[in-house]
Amino acid sequence: MNLNTLLIQSVAILGGLGLAVGVMLIVASRKFKVETNPLVDEIMSILPGANCGACGYAGCSDFAQRVVDDDAPIDGCPVGGFDVAKQIGGLMGQELTEGEREYPFVLCNGGVNCIDRFEYVGMEDCKAVMMLSDGEKGCNFGCMGRGTCVRACPFGAISIGEDKLPHINKNICTSCGLCISACPNGILVFAKESERVYIKCRSHDKGKDVKAACTVGCIACKICEKNCPVQAITVTDFLAEIDQSKCTACGICVEKCPQHTIELRGVP
Amino acid sequence: MADTSLFTIFMEGVFIKNFLLIQFLGLCSFVGVTKDVKSAAGMSGAVVFVMTMSSTASYLLYTYLLVPLKMEFLSLISFIVVIAALVQLVEFVVRKNIPSLYRSLGIYLPLISTNCAVLGAVLLNVRSDYGFAQSVLFGFAAGLGYTIVMLMMSAIRERSTLVNIPSAIKGLPQAFLIALMLSMAFVNYFWVIPI
Repeated sequence: MNLNTLLIQSVAILGGLGLAVGVMLIVASRKFKVETNPLVDEIMSILPGANCGACGYAGCSDFAQRVVDDDAPIDGCPVGGFDVAKQIGGLMGQELTEGEREYPFVLCNGGVNCIDRFEYVGMEDCKAVMMLSDGEKGCNFGCMGRGTCVRACPFGAISIGEDKLPHINKNICTSCGLCISACPNGILVFAKESERVYIKCRSHDKGKDVKAACTVGCIACKICEKNCPVQAITVTDFLAEIDQSKCTACGICVEKCPQHTIELRGVP
Repeated sequence: MADTSLFTIFMEGVFIKNFLLIQFLGLCSFVGVTKDVKSAAGMSGAVVFVMTMSSTASYLLYTYLLVPLKMEFLSLISFIVVIAALVQLVEFVVRKNIPSLYRSLGIYLPLISTNCAVLGAVLLNVRSDYGFAQSVLFGFAAGLGYTIVMLMMSAIRERSTLVNIPSAIKGLPQAFLIALMLSMAFVNYFWVIPI
């Protein structure tokens, strides 16, 4: 076989192969064509693609379809947050103003610091524990620590720590809010990163009852209220509350609280 | 045709000639898509599928077109063409008929069409002189080995986001260090076990 025939043959084979494959692909693309709105694909490419369902629709592609067809809100994706909403708004011709990123926050300091009224044996789920005379914990407002929020999180951002309380990994958390709606006792709330002082208790029991059940609950002693230089804290119905618009995160209440219920987050 | 038993080929594909940790093929996806288990699983599923399919197609192409014409030197370039076309075709079909599968595999399928691991499996088939069943099995086993390592790597990386890691090696360097340890374990472990 001389060089010329070899050359011609290789070109013919590769060319023929390319041609055959090309024709096949053209036919296939005609035959299997799927009509879609290009806007849906563009929105899909912006969305995070986690398919978590936090928007209330069946996955990201369904959400994208609904945004285009059925007037689903452009900021309906809590995972993507403001960036994604702004880009979708750009595509859909809608404007959006910025809000700050919020993360779930645990409104209970109890865990191992809270006494058990009885020994619970049964299904390891907060809702099941709740059904049995409001749970084993001495405090009706506290965290059960059975990890219903852990299982609700599609991203694996929550874990139950040594202290029997849920811990949220902010690097993984997408602020979808599924854990908040899953918690049967309302322990988890959304909190902004800039709101740094939080009262990690939501017990409205009298101080004496709280003290009997939990070493770290709010006993409504009003020390924080008296010491706050900007009057941001008020104790109502046996529970201290912080007015976040007044709070300067000076940390005085955190130091003064005899129960160590108040937490100063994100200390630099 | 090589007279290697199917079991040996299977174990070779999965462990001894593991594509990621021993042959170092397909490393872009090994580092790129292992940030969480879910996408690693999606990618691995697509790789298993494409490797099996392309092993089948390229065996037919090689044996019935290139060998009779004595054009074996064209195998590399023609395999690339066939694999890319095959992936594209599969994408069309899946998109039309199984939209849910397309949505979960969708972004990974085009990534694979030029993945060196797929081409590597096909070329190793040819080099080892495997028969039809052997080729298909090796493609499948190689995909399975890829899956195992991808799942291990992504699980480790997912867990390690919870740990305090020195900021100097956070991210990719850390991934490479994990890969190093995994690779050492694989090489040494399967070196000493004769199959």
